[in-house]
Parts: sequence; structure tokens; C-alpha cells
Amino acid sequence: MSPPVLQCFGLTRRFGGLVAVDDVSLALASGALHAVIGPNGAGKSTLANLLSGELTPTSGTLQLDGESVTGWPAWRMARAGVGRSFQRTNIMRPLSVQENVRLAAQARLTPPTRLWRNAAKEAAPQIAARAALERVGLGAEAARKAGALSHGQQRQLEIAMALATAPRVLLLDEPLAGMGPEESETLAALLRDLARDHAVLLVEHDMDVVFRVADQVTVMVEGRVLLSGTPAVVRGSAAVRDAYLGQAT
Amino acid sequence: MVIASRRGHLLLGGAALVVALLPLVAGAYVLQLVSTALVMALFALSLQLLVGGTGLVSLGQAGFFGLGAYAVYFVQGKGAAASLLLTLPVAALLAGLAALAVGALALRTRGFFFLMTTLAFGQMLYFLIHDAPWAGGADGIFVQRPNFGLFGLDYVPARRDRPAVLLWTNLALLCAAYAGLVVVMRSLFGRMLQGIKENDHRMQALGHNTYAVKLVAFVLAGALAGVAGHQWAMTEAFVNPELLGWHRSAEALLMVLLGGLGALHGPLLGAFAFIGLNELAQLVTERQRLVEGLVILAAVLLLRDGLAGLRWRSRA
Ligand SMILES: Nc1ncnc2c1ncn2[C@@H]1O[C@H](COP(=O)(O)OP(=O)(O)O)[C@@H](O)[C@H]1O
Ligand SMILES: [Mg+2]
Repeated sequence: MSPPVLQCFGLTRRFGGLVAVDDVSLALASGALHAVIGPNGAGKSTLANLLSGELTPTSGTLQLDGESVTGWPAWRMARAGVGRSFQRTNIMRPLSVQENVRLAAQARLTPPTRLWRNAAKEAAPQIAARAALERVGLGAEAARKAGALSHGQQRQLEIAMALATAPRVLLLDEPLAGMGPEESETLAALLRDLARDHAVLLVEHDMDVVFRVADQVTVMVEGRVLLSGTPAVVRGSAAVRDAYLGQAT
Repeated sequence: MVIASRRGHLLLGGAALVVALLPLVAGAYVLQLVSTALVMALFALSLQLLVGGTGLVSLGQAGFFGLGAYAVYFVQGKGAAASLLLTLPVAALLAGLAALAVGALALRTRGFFFLMTTLAFGQMLYFLIHDAPWAGGADGIFVQRPNFGLFGLDYVPARRDRPAVLLWTNLALLCAAYAGLVVVMRSLFGRMLQGIKENDHRMQALGHNTYAVKLVAFVLAGALAGVAGHQWAMTEAFVNPELLGWHRSAEALLMVLLGGLGALHGPLLGAFAFIGLNELAQLVTERQRLVEGLVILAAVLLLRDGLAGLRWRSRA
């Protein structure tokens, strides 16, 4: 396996008395899909927020390509190649689908000296946005208002926005949540495809999908890592069945 | 925030032409009134960059407006007028620097707290000018109108021509500022402002340093408010601390609201409507503030997109 791109050591985050993420270490390598599962409130989203710079850790460190990036703000992490999608759809609703994705592409493609140029005449972000929309299957919806898309399409848009920033690391927080079976099938295939040339962290509820697409699975319970291993190992673990899989059924 | 269509810009251009030709038919009083409206339109336009353009509702914009006005007083020599080519850049610079300091702190807060922080900083600027011994006193002070000097060739309009010359100057600056903001809002930078207005958090996650972007917009708006303040001082030949007070910030906010948050040219309509209304109310009653308030309330309630949202319904 290739060396880790994004790596954390002893990551801990407290909210008052609650330890939402407790001493978590993991490594994301390019070409691998790392799934994080666990019951509601296990700290999965908080972990994603720590990795993306959205939250600063109470303790622990974060490394990107071996360099410390602990405490970097979210925008800087994104610029450095860490893209993400959100569990709760987080888009610019009144703007067009195309503009949502174009803004994502613009963040990477526009040096400050070009910011005064007419946006309508700047081709590079437009083209990158188009490509990202095509990739998630939203090419036909580009002109629509983002807020007018169906729930499933908004989930796709989330991913297109993350893709348009041309990230090396993708942190996807329950991208399949609320999608119909057909849409999630398409998206699962896309995830597999993305994992070929990205380091992907997938927080997901749907066990079928996780065991199908993941190279490695980390099980979190109450902020801690219960177990981390290949899908086969996790599926076979009695501890995981007790702590989580048993609950789900 | 939308930018007017080609047809809208033709109408605005036509209106500007009418204003430019006013000195042919109107007397000094009307010219002075329209001059004031042009200055307030410029001031409200500076606020629109923040409110309609970026989603930042500030109640401290008059602080920068007033500093721009006081720049004329600070720069003038003893009893001698200074050149516009000096006073205008100084006004923009002074207001812009103040906006940089205020914005750097205020932009760390959001929503309601941003409103309160800008209000507090605006009032601090007000009290600074109000109480400072070097600022001409709490009751205000007369200033020399800047002249149109260039390389020692001073043009000082004859007294009789002055209202017209001031009107043209204010009109020219308003047109230039509006054209400049059209360029800004159409630029990649303007698109970022729009994205920040809709979802600041998401813009950060996409890799935009939204704090820095908002600070640039805040400084730009502050400098523009300074230019408006400068034109106020030039038009009135008088400055007082009230120019920096929160009343004036609120007034500009009302003009923006009345004109419509959704269009860049909204504040132009809002300012003229507001000042026209003020004039009308003065004719019929002593309680003009009450009339004003009621009409604005009605307008804002009835017209969701302000005056700029009005359409000719005749064409299908
Ligand atoms: N901003 C916050 N403030 C306080 N508590 C929070 C915050 N975010 C998450 N939590 C708490 O941290 C725990 C983990 O939440 P979360 O990471 O969202 O779990 P998951 O995504 O696994 O369902 C929960 O108990 C949640 O209530
Ligand atoms: Mg979650």
C-alpha cells in the first residue's frame, strides 16, 4: 500500500464533559477506502470534522504528507487537498447547481491576482465544474437551482463539490444517507472508482455498502476505536456484533 | 444580488442624464437637494456591497462616512481650500484604514453579534470625533470646499455655478462607483461574496478564506463610504459628529432596505425615494419622521424585493 497521505495520532475532542472522539489514530492512504462505522453518537462526524480542520482537537496531532497540519483552519486544509462532504446537506441553495460546483473549482484554480476578472469569462473553473457534475451524474441538472434538486441529487451535488476542489483526500460523511436504492448503487460504484486515485474516508451506516467497497473498516463506539481491520475481520468479530451490528437488527 | 439587465442600465443611464441636465431648468434649492440624494445614494451603495452583496448587516457604516467627511477638515490649510485630488484619496484612505481595523475585529463575529460590534465601533468613532480637541468641536465646523486644483491651476466655480458643479461631481462619482461595483460583483471575487452570503461555512470547506475575502469587501465598502462622506462635506461645506452616528448608519440601512437587498442598484432608488419622501413629509406635517417611518414600513412589507423589485407588468 502507498504511504499515508492524511494521518492522525491520538486525536481527542471534548465537548464539555463529553469525550466525543477519544484517542483515535488512523492513516488514510491513496488508493484505499477506509470506512468508519459505529452507532449514532459514536463520534464519526466529529472525527471527520477534526480531520478536515472544521474542529480543532483537544489533543492529538494531524499530519498531511508527513507534515504537521494540526490546528489548520478548514479552508487551508481544503486548499492542501482535503475535500469533504457533509452528513447534513450543506450547499448554497439559491445558487445554481453549476455555480455551487464552480465555486468549489474556483477555490483551487484562481490565484488572488486573477480574482478581479469577469467570472463568466473564466473558463477553467466552469470546465472543472462541468466535469465534476458529469462524474456524479448531475450533468443534466447544471442550470437548476441547487435547492430545487431532490434529496438524493443534493447528496450527489455534495460529492461533486468535494470533487471539484481536486482533493487527494476525500472525507465523506454518510454520503448515501437518504438515497434511493438505485442512486446508492450508482454512488457505491463511484466510491469504488474514486478510491482508486484518492485516499477516501467513508462514514457510512449501510453495512452492505461498507463491506462491499471498503479496504479497511474502523469501528467506533463512544468515541473510541473498538476494532480496525479488513471487512472480513470486522464482520467476524464477536465484539463488533455485540457493540454494534447486534443493535442494528 | 442581481445586477440590472441591459434595459435596466439604459433606464439608469437615462435617469443619470436627466439629473445631469437639471441645472438647465432647476433652481439652487432643487440642485442642492438632488446633490444630497446623490451623496446618500453613494453612501447606501457602499453599504449594499456588505448587506446585499455579502450578507453582512453593519450598523457602523456611518463611522467611515463621517471620517471621509472629516478628512476634508483635517487636510485643508489655514483658511485655504485643498485640492480635490488630495482630499478625495485621503478621505478614501482614512475611511478604508478605519474599516480595516474595525473589520479585522468585527468579522470574527457573525449575524447579530456582527451587527452589535459594528454598532459599537461606529459609536466609538463618533465619540472620538465628538470629544477630540483636534476635530473641530462637538457642534461641528465649517470647512473649505475642496477645489478642482491640478498642478497649481485651480478651478474654483463661480458662486452662481456652484450647485451645478457640485451636482455633476456627485453624479460622476456615483456613476463611477456603481460601474466599479458592477465589475466587482461580476468578478470571481464577487462570486465568492455571493457564495459567502449564501453559506459561509461551506465556502470555507471548499477552500475559500472567507475571513480575508470579507475583510477586503469591508475595507472596499468603508473606503467608498469615505468618498461619500467627502462629497457630503464638499456639498455642505460643513461637518459635524452626527455624520458618524448610528442614526445615519440606520438611515443608510433603511435606504438599502427600501430599495431592495436583491439588486445592486436598489440603494440608488432607495436613497432618492427616501429623500423625496422626507421632502414631501416636510410639506404636509411637522411629524415627518412618523410619516417617513410608516411609508417605509408599508413599502418594505408590500414590496418584498424593494423598489428595485418593481416591474412593468404591461409586457407579457
Ligand atoms: N458541536 C458539538 N457540541 C457538543 N456536543 C457535540 C457536538 N458535536 C457532536 N457532539 C456530541 O458528540 C457525540 C458524537 O457526535 P457525532 O460525532 O455527531 O456522532 P456520529 O456522527 O457518530 O453520530 C454526540 O454525543 C454528540 O451529541
Ligand atoms: Mg454523524
